[in-house]
Amino acid sequence: MTSDILPGTAGTVTVPLPEALPILALRGVTKTFPGVRALSDVALELYPGQVTALIGENGAGKSTLVKILTGIYQPDGGEILVDGAPARLDSPQAAAAARITAIHQETVLFDDLTVAENIFLGHAPRGRFGLIDRAEMRRRAGQILHELGARIDPGQPLRQLGIAARHLVAIARALSIEARVVIMDEPTAALSHKEIEELYTLIERLKAQGKAILFISHKFDEIFRIADRYTVFRDGQMVGAGLIAEASEADLVRQMVGRDVSQVFPSRTPRIGAPVLQVEGYAHPTEFADISFTLRAGEILGFYGLVGAGRSEFCQALFGMTRPSAGSLRIDGQPVAIRSPADAVAHGIVYVPEDRGRQGAIGAMPIFQNVTLPSLARISRNGFLRLAEEFRLARDYCERLDLRAASLDTPLGTLSGGNQQKVVIAKWLATRPRVIILDEPTKGIDIGSKAAVHEFMAELAAQGLAVIMVSSEIPEILGMSDRVIVMREGRIAAELSGGDLTPETLVRHAAGIGETWE
Amino acid sequence: MTGMNPTRAAVRTIPDRLESPARRALKSWETLLLAVALAIFIANSLASPYFLDPWNLSDATFNFTEKAMIAFAMALLIIAGEIDLSVASTIALASTAMGAAAQLGVGTPGLVAIGLAVGLACGAFNGALVTGLGLPSIVVTIGTMSLYRGISYIVLGDQAYRGYPADFAWFGQGYAFWVISAEFVLFALFALLFGILLHATNFGRAVYAIGNNATAAAFSGIRVGRVKFILFLLTGLMSGVAAVCLTSRLGSTRPSIAMGWELEVVTMVVLGGVSILGGAGSIPGVVIAAFVMGLVTFGLGLLNVPGIVMSIVIGALLIAVIALPRLWRKWRG
Repeated sequence: MTSDILPGTAGTVTVPLPEALPILALRGVTKTFPGVRALSDVALELYPGQVTALIGENGAGKSTLVKILTGIYQPDGGEILVDGAPARLDSPQAAAAARITAIHQETVLFDDLTVAENIFLGHAPRGRFGLIDRAEMRRRAGQILHELGARIDPGQPLRQLGIAARHLVAIARALSIEARVVIMDEPTAALSHKEIEELYTLIERLKAQGKAILFISHKFDEIFRIADRYTVFRDGQMVGAGLIAEASEADLVRQMVGRDVSQVFPSRTPRIGAPVLQVEGYAHPTEFADISFTLRAGEILGFYGLVGAGRSEFCQALFGMTRPSAGSLRIDGQPVAIRSPADAVAHGIVYVPEDRGRQGAIGAMPIFQNVTLPSLARISRNGFLRLAEEFRLARDYCERLDLRAASLDTPLGTLSGGNQQKVVIAKWLATRPRVIILDEPTKGIDIGSKAAVHEFMAELAAQGLAVIMVSSEIPEILGMSDRVIVMREGRIAAELSGGDLTPETLVRHAAGIGETWE
Repeated sequence: MTGMNPTRAAVRTIPDRLESPARRALKSWETLLLAVALAIFIANSLASPYFLDPWNLSDATFNFTEKAMIAFAMALLIIAGEIDLSVASTIALASTAMGAAAQLGVGTPGLVAIGLAVGLACGAFNGALVTGLGLPSIVVTIGTMSLYRGISYIVLGDQAYRGYPADFAWFGQGYAFWVISAEFVLFALFALLFGILLHATNFGRAVYAIGNNATAAAFSGIRVGRVKFILFLLTGLMSGVAAVCLTSRLGSTRPSIAMGWELEVVTMVVLGGVSILGGAGSIPGVVIAAFVMGLVTFGLGLLNVPGIVMSIVIGALLIAVIALPRLWRKWRG
């Protein structure tokens, strides 16, 4: 205990004494599902006024732990201690009574209710005859929001709020039950830079109020910025815990993946071949205009830009989901018209969508059927399925992406996010495409899965595939791309490669500061 | 460490399945339904001495063969997340068209062709409204349910068409051999065809994918609109087949023909384990459900139970059989 100063708080807050009693402690908690041991003999301690970061790859057991803490799953073994006394969290109500609350990645709120109604849903203050006391509810909602430093009108319908404001409402909801333990499951995933800063301020406030916070994140800069302690999970086991002040990023990564990951991006010598895809003057009535470029075999072309720059919209038009209002396309020099995704697949263009849950994965269907869906025409015989071929194809690609699953016929929806993404990528690779478009391929997945995806991308390019990668992560764009197209407001702002490709040039062109400097 | 590949270190073989298809089948909905069917069969044979007579059993199949033929196509449609409530009205319109043609002296092959063509046309109209204009199928087919039967009423009023050619009776009254009726042969044939279509072809896989997540299916290169349109065509065509069989069996056409069948068909499909929300279900399930419904109505008929009580029993059976697996899952935890 050499340092008693928290990182990132400029020496204003001291770490409470280490012997302070944890509000919540888990001892030897185990949870098994058919074929998978999700948690094995796990320990965790959450202290008042401290942020504990929970770190681990997708599938390491983080989600299972959250579900146990919120009373959705029951552990098979071990004990949960609240204030040192054994507690049973056998329902979400029991967890709320123990004043434990979770704010999820995609927070469940109700668009058509007001902010105050959302905050107090299920535990609204009652007036005479047991009717909801709306004035009191609004007053208390206003008070909580004020404490959070949020300028949101409690009477406003939730529909009118943006993502960041919704997060604040979710947090206010957590505070309205006077929670002592707040679990934040990737709270920054959908937030802008400024909103993330506001969230940090808020977390500091919660800490000052003595709440214990469990902060789940894949982003190390966040963890080092906001957390006091860390706990690392790997394959359902707790492999390390301690004070952030005494840990380095390399330590944590090593504990997470169980090995050294000295280089995040694979080194590659691009062998650029003949032009595969030529796009000429692609335009859309509202989303993008005048997009022209040539993509060559063996090349990784990055698409960078701010959210809303029209990158996804353009890629979906390229894939035939929407029709361009103007423009033409050539594949291997031959003009082609793509009017539907089926056309695109037939011409060897595939698209791994950003919205995995809605557009990529079919959760209720088995893994192998997800993988083979776009390839059925190739591996079937006269329109009849061949199960053995399906399993062979699915196993081949799933293993190349190092998928973690109990069997190939388990429903895809039961896997963790990173593993689902591997299946979605496997599904498209199995079509043996010429051009693969990856839209934010590593968004929200852990560092191990990320490395697997990057490695695979490099391998694909080396095999002569033409790759388009849409990404908002500058390190990923710089680490993977041979050439980068920066989009701004639906148009190509710059095409960068070689020495021009720096974080500064990317940001400048994306934000539109470029012209004034040149 | 540049060649370091953290992902390849631990490639392991993922098994295809955790349990064999046979074991999985044993725990399936279809097995449970089969047990229910056997129980009803045994109860019937104990309750009535006439039940086990081969000719009586053969007669019993007429209770369900025509509805079941529509149910096979309807099962695919519901699995894909759509529904067609106009099937009984399609029968009325197809039967009316056949009756009108018979009055003009059209022979049996011509009548069959007309029945099937009207069924196809009705299905095409439904399909075009749903896939072309993007309207919800439940609304479209409630509309065409009134429309198709309404045309029939305008044409016939309180009249009836009779006077079908003598050889036209074969479809609804003929026997292939011994006690096996022509209708039962058609039923078995279509069960096989639709079973293969749903469970062994790319088309069937697309049906499941669309029912589970139509957006992801479209992103996977499946022509969602085309698949759905084909399913409406098939449902219309099977309504046409049922119209041929029923008209042939009754020997006459009134505008009230097959009244209320759409709900019995949907009941059969849901009883067969098809999810009304789409995405899950099987043809073997629908086949067994057809037998269950046929056996129940026939058994109660032998016991002289009035028709209204029969529909109460069928309704109760549907709710019970749907509730059972939910309770079962609760018990197992």
